[in-house]
Amino acid sequence: MARRENSEINAGSMADIAFLLLIFFLVTTTMDVDSGIARKLPEKSEDTPEVTIKEKNVLDIVVNRNNQLLVENEYVQVTDIRRLAMEFIDNGGGLSAPKDDQPGKPCDYCNGAKDPESSDHPTKAIISLQSDRGTTYGMYVSIQNEIEAAYNELRNKLSLQKYKRRYDDLLKDYKDSPTESLKAKIDFLKDSYPQIITEPEPIK
Amino acid sequence: MSKFKKKKKGLPAISTASLPDIVFMLLFFFMVSTTMRETDLLIKKPVLPTASEVKKLEHKSLVSTIYVGKSKDTRISGDKIQVNDKIIDVNDIPNFIFAERAIRKEEEVKFMTTSIKADKEANVGTILDIKEQLRDINALKVSFSTTKGNNIKSNY
Repeated sequence: MARRENSEINAGSMADIAFLLLIFFLVTTTMDVDSGIARKLPEKSEDTPEVTIKEKNVLDIVVNRNNQLLVENEYVQVTDIRRLAMEFIDNGGGLSAPKDDQPGKPCDYCNGAKDPESSDHPTKAIISLQSDRGTTYGMYVSIQNEIEAAYNELRNKLSLQKYKRRYDDLLKDYKDSPTESLKAKIDFLKDSYPQIITEPEPIK
Repeated sequence: MSKFKKKKKGLPAISTASLPDIVFMLLFFFMVSTTMRETDLLIKKPVLPTASEVKKLEHKSLVSTIYVGKSKDTRISGDKIQVNDKIIDVNDIPNFIFAERAIRKEEEVKFMTTSIKADKEANVGTILDIKEQLRDINALKVSFSTTKGNNIKSNY
C-alpha cells in the first residue's frame, strides 16, 4: 500500500507562475515604436528673394529612374555619398557668410582639404538632391540617410574635439535631463554644421 | 490525538487551484487585446526601407500616418495612398491633415508630425507629391518611417 493515495499537487504556485508570465508580457509588449528620418519641409512663401549661390557651394546629387547616382557629374555608389558629402561640407575653402555686420571668417574647425574649388564654409555648403519621379523610395531614403549620416559624423567629430563627448550622446543626455548648457552645446554644433538640403523639382 | 481531530474538523482550505485559471484568463485577455490600434491596411503592407540615422517619433498622439504602397490587387499598378481606413488621392491629403488637426488642441498643432510609411519600391514622385501637399498646408514636420539597421544595400 502506498503511503498516501490522493495527495493533491499543490497548485498554489501555479498562480505565481501565471503572474510571472503576465508581468513579463505586460513589461515586454513595447508598442512598435515608429522611427524614421526626420525632415523639416521648407516653408512656402510667396516672395522668395532671389539668391545667387556659387556653383562650388552646391553639391549636386542626381539620381535617375534606374537608381543610378551622379555626384558632381561623376557616377558613384550610394555608399560613397557619405564620404563625398563630408569632404564637401568640411572643406572650408573660404569665408563664412558675413553675419550682422561681422565679416566672414574662415572655418576654424574644419578638417577638410581647404580646396578653393569646393565649398567655402559648412554654413554655406548646400546639398542638392535631384531625384527622378521614377526613383524608388528605398533609394531616396538611402541617400537621405547617407546625407544625414555625413552631418552627424561631422558633428560627432567636432563634439568630441570640443566637449569630449559624441553629439548623439549629447542629444541623449539632453533628452534625459534638458539643461541650458547642453542645449547651448547642441545648438552650437548644429550651427557649425547646419543641414542645408535642397530638393529641386523632380525630373519628369 | 489532536492531529486526528484537525483532519476531521474545520473547513477544508479554499482550493486555490482555480486561481491560475483566473490569472491565465487575464493573461490571455491582455495578450489578445493589446493589438495596437493599427489601421487595417487596404494596400499591401509597405516594406519599410532601412536607415541607420533614425530618430524615434515622440508624442505618438501627435503623429498622423500616411501609408504608401501597392494595391493588394496585383492588376492595379501604381502607388496607392492610404490614410486611416481608406485609400485616397494625393489631393485629399490636405483634408486629411485638417481633419487630424481638428481633433487636437490648437497649441499642439505645431508639434504635429506626419509619418510617411512608404514601401521601398514606391516611386519618389508619389512621395514628393505628398510632400508638396504637406508644404502647401504648412504641415512641415515629416518623418520618413524606416526600420533601424545598417544594411542600406537592401533598399534598392
